[in-house]
Amino acid sequence: MSARRIDGGRLIDRTKPLRFTFNGRKMEGFQGDTLASALLANGQMLVGRSFKYHRPRGIVTAGPEEPNALVNLGKDKRFEPNARATTTELFDGLEARSQNHWPSLERDIGVLNDRFARFLPAGFYYKTFIHPRPFWKHVFEPFIRQSAGLGQAPRHRDGDTYEHVNVTVDVLVSGGGISGLAAALAAGKAGARVLLVEQSAHWGGRLDDAPDIDGQPAETWVAETVAALTNLENVTVKLRTTHSGVYDHGYCLAVERLTDHDPLGPGPRQRLWKVRAGRIVAATGAIERPLSFAGNDLPGVMLAAAVRDYLTGYGVAPGRRTVVVTNNDDGYRTAFALKDQGLEVPLILDARSDPGPVAEAARELGLKVAPGKGLAGVSGKGRVEKAAVAAIDGSGAVLDELACDCIAMAGGWSPAVHLWSHAGGKLHWDETDAMFVPDPDKPPLGADGKAMVRCVGAAAGELGAAEALETGWAAGLWAATETGHKPKRGAGPKAEPDEETPIAPVWVMPRGADPEKRAKMWLDYQNDVKVSDVELAQREGYESVEHTKRYTTLGMATDQGKLSNINGLAVLADARGEPIPAVGTTTFRPPYTPLTMGAIAGEARGDLFQPIRRTPMHEHHERMGAHWEPVGHWRRPYAFPRSGESVEEAVNREIVNTRQNVGLLDASTLGKILVKGPDAARFLDMLYTGMMSSLKPGRCRYGLMCSENGFLIDDGVVARIDEDTFLCHTTTGGADRIHAHMEEWLQTEWWDWQVHTLNITEAWAQIGVVGPKARDLLEALGGMDLSEEALPFMSWADGEIGGFKARIYRISFSGELSYEIAVDAGHGAALWEACLDAGESLGVMPYGTEALHVMRAEKGFIMIGDETDGTVIPQDLGLSWAISKKKDDYLGKRAQDRLFMTDPNRWKLVGLETLDGSVLPEGAYAVDDSKNANGQRETQGRVTSTYYSPSLKRGIAMGLVRHGPDRMGEVLTFPGVDGTETKARIVEPVFLKEAGA
Amino acid sequence: MRYSAFQIVRQALRGHQGWPRAWGEATAKPRYDAIVIGAGGHGLATAYYLGRNHGVRNVAILEKGWLGGGNTGRNTTIIRSNYLQDPSAAIYEKSRSLYETLSQELNYNIMFSPRGVMMLAQTEHEVRGYRRTAHANALQEVQTEFITPERVKELCPIIETRGPRYPVLGALWQARGGTARHDAVAWGYARGCAEMGMDVIQQCEVTGIRSANGKVKGVTTTKGEIDCDKLAIVVAGHSGVLAEMAGFRLPIESLALQALVSEPIKPCMDVVVMANTVHGYMSQSDKGEMVIGGGADGYNNYTQRGSFHHIEETVRALIETFPMISRLKMLRMWGGIVDMTGDRSPIISKTPMENVFINCGWGTGGFKAIPGSGWATAEMVAKGAPGALAAEFGLDRFREGRFIDESVAAGVAH
Ligand SMILES: Cc1cc2nc3c(=O)[nH]c(=O)nc-3n(C[C@H](O)[C@H](O)[C@H](O)COP(=O)(O)OP(=O)(O)OC[C@H]3O[C@@H](n4cnc5c(N)ncnc54)[C@H](O)[C@@H]3O)c2cc1C
Repeated sequence: MSARRIDGGRLIDRTKPLRFTFNGRKMEGFQGDTLASALLANGQMLVGRSFKYHRPRGIVTAGPEEPNALVNLGKDKRFEPNARATTTELFDGLEARSQNHWPSLERDIGVLNDRFARFLPAGFYYKTFIHPRPFWKHVFEPFIRQSAGLGQAPRHRDGDTYEHVNVTVDVLVSGGGISGLAAALAAGKAGARVLLVEQSAHWGGRLDDAPDIDGQPAETWVAETVAALTNLENVTVKLRTTHSGVYDHGYCLAVERLTDHDPLGPGPRQRLWKVRAGRIVAATGAIERPLSFAGNDLPGVMLAAAVRDYLTGYGVAPGRRTVVVTNNDDGYRTAFALKDQGLEVPLILDARSDPGPVAEAARELGLKVAPGKGLAGVSGKGRVEKAAVAAIDGSGAVLDELACDCIAMAGGWSPAVHLWSHAGGKLHWDETDAMFVPDPDKPPLGADGKAMVRCVGAAAGELGAAEALETGWAAGLWAATETGHKPKRGAGPKAEPDEETPIAPVWVMPRGADPEKRAKMWLDYQNDVKVSDVELAQREGYESVEHTKRYTTLGMATDQGKLSNINGLAVLADARGEPIPAVGTTTFRPPYTPLTMGAIAGEARGDLFQPIRRTPMHEHHERMGAHWEPVGHWRRPYAFPRSGESVEEAVNREIVNTRQNVGLLDASTLGKILVKGPDAARFLDMLYTGMMSSLKPGRCRYGLMCSENGFLIDDGVVARIDEDTFLCHTTTGGADRIHAHMEEWLQTEWWDWQVHTLNITEAWAQIGVVGPKARDLLEALGGMDLSEEALPFMSWADGEIGGFKARIYRISFSGELSYEIAVDAGHGAALWEACLDAGESLGVMPYGTEALHVMRAEKGFIMIGDETDGTVIPQDLGLSWAISKKKDDYLGKRAQDRLFMTDPNRWKLVGLETLDGSVLPEGAYAVDDSKNANGQRETQGRVTSTYYSPSLKRGIAMGLVRHGPDRMGEVLTFPGVDGTETKARIVEPVFLKEAGA
Repeated sequence: MRYSAFQIVRQALRGHQGWPRAWGEATAKPRYDAIVIGAGGHGLATAYYLGRNHGVRNVAILEKGWLGGGNTGRNTTIIRSNYLQDPSAAIYEKSRSLYETLSQELNYNIMFSPRGVMMLAQTEHEVRGYRRTAHANALQEVQTEFITPERVKELCPIIETRGPRYPVLGALWQARGGTARHDAVAWGYARGCAEMGMDVIQQCEVTGIRSANGKVKGVTTTKGEIDCDKLAIVVAGHSGVLAEMAGFRLPIESLALQALVSEPIKPCMDVVVMANTVHGYMSQSDKGEMVIGGGADGYNNYTQRGSFHHIEETVRALIETFPMISRLKMLRMWGGIVDMTGDRSPIISKTPMENVFINCGWGTGGFKAIPGSGWATAEMVAKGAPGALAAEFGLDRFREGRFIDESVAAGVAH
């Protein structure tokens, strides 16, 4: 293996080598490596290209804030673009490819953009590509689209599955560093139900930086604490689980990666946890900031803490000769770790003129410290080769040049306050530590109006281990108490506090750098946003943070500004001549790290996505070769074509047969809502336009329902079962909607009425037996008396038929003699078959929805959704007979009296017959000769349903026409979309006159 | 300063130090001929056309936050005009045609990209609805066509036309619809207003509307009192709040509408696709992000966040329609407060207070309307009464029941 792998590495197992490839090259790593640590171990510093200028990019961080090391991971059904190498755990056989270059990572033609970078500053595209006009669509935009984008688009259907779990906990602790562990322990011991999640594969967070805890090494304390938590029944701990968002009322999302590190492992790839948490403790740590010096985007320039992590965690030395540049004590930790491994640190540049004791300690170890100094810039071909030293306050005159292959930069820390901010927590600027911290006085509030999130440890700006333990423990007690538990007295874990010399913020290095240098200082590495871009945005007036962000694209890359935002804000504040808090931050939005779409969707894919509802006769229809139509979530047979028959031919056959013999319709999907209670009749009188209270038990009545605005929303037959029970039939698509409509009125307006509603649609199977031989068929089945006298039109009766306990309605939607037989859903299939058998000699045939539609149109019956579209009132449809004149009120009544509703020129229902017998095109409009003030052709009507009628052997249509019923016989012109015209005569909307029912 | 490639080269040679502000840093004068409240797209466009078409230039645009920071900067930028009802088709088509030349008009590249918009028909009911729309559009001189599933696949290869739940039965296709860069629309208009000498005043919240004898006198703001002859309220989600200040009520509900983007990927989708049966739509931005939107929340509120279960439903539906997005990652989600009227059509109207005009109710679909709406509102403010484009959108229609119902043809109207 490579020379960059050195001793140590707490997280890797050297007995388990793993093979992987990068851009097809074979490489090796160890169990426990991340893809990033393994790439570094193999000397692969160049890992990608930036978005805009296609500059070479190396690994900068060791965590989820990584902007550069994004790869195309895996292949085919397991391909994932933009996978972050720093959080991708290595496994045997991993395949990764770098992104955003052509033809290769090393030789990328896109780098031409870099050559012309000075002509491509922030927002340049708003100022050019304006002329000639067609060029944007045909030349510029395609070019920009090609060079933008990062990873490849997946080409295959996802080969993995995902799942969701719902949990309710008292306390959700996010982050498994020492602070989070202390919080979980405090809350757990108090008896609270605790869920502790940690995004990485390890507990302890930055434990390598921590001193002894309770007298033992931090690593030991972490191991013991995790063991103690695991033993508590009321505590669940989860690694590889990112808390990605906090929503209102303590609703949280966390995503657990189950097989990303082991793609051949069993089970789903990821699990989305939907957590209802009483209180949330955010122990999410802090993110180190880069420093802005010229050339800071060269591969080899890394966060100091990341350099340290690769050394101690993975036994990898990113460089042999590392210059440390810092403005706080933390940078020294990296210098010490490097020294400890025997690696060269030629110089520590400290922006502070008086770094204090830590510099002394460094000198004692034989390290050279240059106080008050920073970098004038770094240079090198494709990676860092040379660092130029300058005074921190000057303009960058070079004092010294050092050869080196790595820069460790420590710009201070930014607390990861995302979870605090997602649901509205506010921040304030901590001047001493130069960072935004949660403002404890303005927390996000939970359902009880009290604080629901608390940040602890580094996430609260408490960078020392002692404070991390203390705030974590206290928050654990707080969360447990707030959720009704009584913590026992007892001390939390302790560590020695550290004295540190305060940070000296440096937002531009050196502070007096000239514009040319500022144009080489990167803020956002992925999106290529530089200090000069932010300054330009400000100069041009894009000076609110949101404007700056959008104009420059700062913080809009896949790390969402985790690395760049604070530095960018500081540069903006400086340009505006205002303090940082006056500038404010952009909004923190979920998810914390990008969330896989498949995980959001969960199990409900393919057949489970909006599962199809089936009637009890579904299988039977399937066997008969039904041609299906989706209606709501149901599938209904559109027709039953026989072999050699087209769908249209089948429809026509079914109609003719039903009109001549007898047909069977599966009507089970029709909505059935039971309305019961002493006030049921009164309720239905309000709901329907007609009078339902006068209906006698045993009888049925056709009813219309309107919205408050008067528009017709549903229709169906209501049967009165007994004095205070009604069964309301709705359209198939309307069942759920109408049930909700009923409940809305009952719950918000008439809450004191004694009525219950129940949607019993699926409890019954219902079969329409329709046609002149319908009664013969039922008599052949045998059972109750169905004679005209026993069961007249618009009545119902309970009884037995063909051995089935049934409820039979005598209603008709086709104009034919018709019975609807309802039986327990479980008997539906058997009854269907019994009907087919009994009717065989009568010529019975099942028919589908299209035959149903044509037959109702032949008789001029309206269809909700065809004749109505939410703008039509019953009066438009000649349905005034179904509106009770005796009632004071019903929903929609007042609206129907409005000016426009009573306008004599309203479009009203008529029949339409084409002059040549053809079928009118669907959705066609009848035109006037004139144009309106906006130059549109005036219309005077439209087709609402149009069919071929096999009974009449010609096209028939219904339509709405301007005061149509007064214009019988007039001929209208309907232009088609293809330039043709159809002429049709206005007729009565009843095409088939002879009576049946 | 005129923007051009030549100018960029010139400025580059001077280290980009010479670019002027896109709009001035204005302080309010004591009085204006007209004040527009709200520097969203609609407010800015109203001011712009007041100056350009009607010569009214003594105008201030007052914005409580930063310009373009409302829904104008939060939307998914779909531009189309294949609406069903005549008044809608007229104003949206006017708008779309203004978008075609807006970059040239404003000398600011707003990146109008007429890449084509398709609305999938996934039930027989939708097929009928879109056939009807296609007929209506033909008479309204809006170019649309109903296309076959094969053509859908050809225009958008990543679509699954034979999904198990809702196979694609066809689509309504408007080839000249597309997208534009939302921020640029606001910025371009703001710059245009400033160039005519208008004042764009940010961080200036209107807290009161002053009147005498039923006639407007001016506004009270967080930056003091400002007088005006005419006042246009153009504040989308907060319209109800402003109407209350002027003493009238609006038939508007405010609720959160959310959107999200994936991480960027290389180009894979050249058109905009809307799937209304499942309440989801998607396009790819020039940066490569898949831009996704869905339905609005079911309850009224002013928090710009929204609930996660809506995101879940939208993403689930779109994975069925575009299986390849399953392994992409959601980068960011956000919400905006949309102002919904009962008939899902906007209000461009005079109000009970004399010389106060209102433009609102664009709900989930007003980005596409910005130029046309500004054009029509400016005409109304300048002449004191709505012209042909705005005539049908008055407040009276709610009293009379003369709705312009767009939810008729399609559930979602983005
Ligand atoms: C997620 C989402 C997706 C969308 N997708 C689309 C789409 O694809 N296509 C489409 O056409 N439309 C879409 N829309 C709708 C579209 O964004 C809006 O209709 C449109 O942007 C509204 O513009 P506006 O100028 O009216 O409002 P806004 O842009 O919201 O502007 C109103 C302004 O008024 C200001 N204001 C409010 N109160 C005051 C006060 N008291 N004083 C001063 N100023 C005040 C606000 O700060 C704001 O800046 C979408 C909306 C959302 C939320």
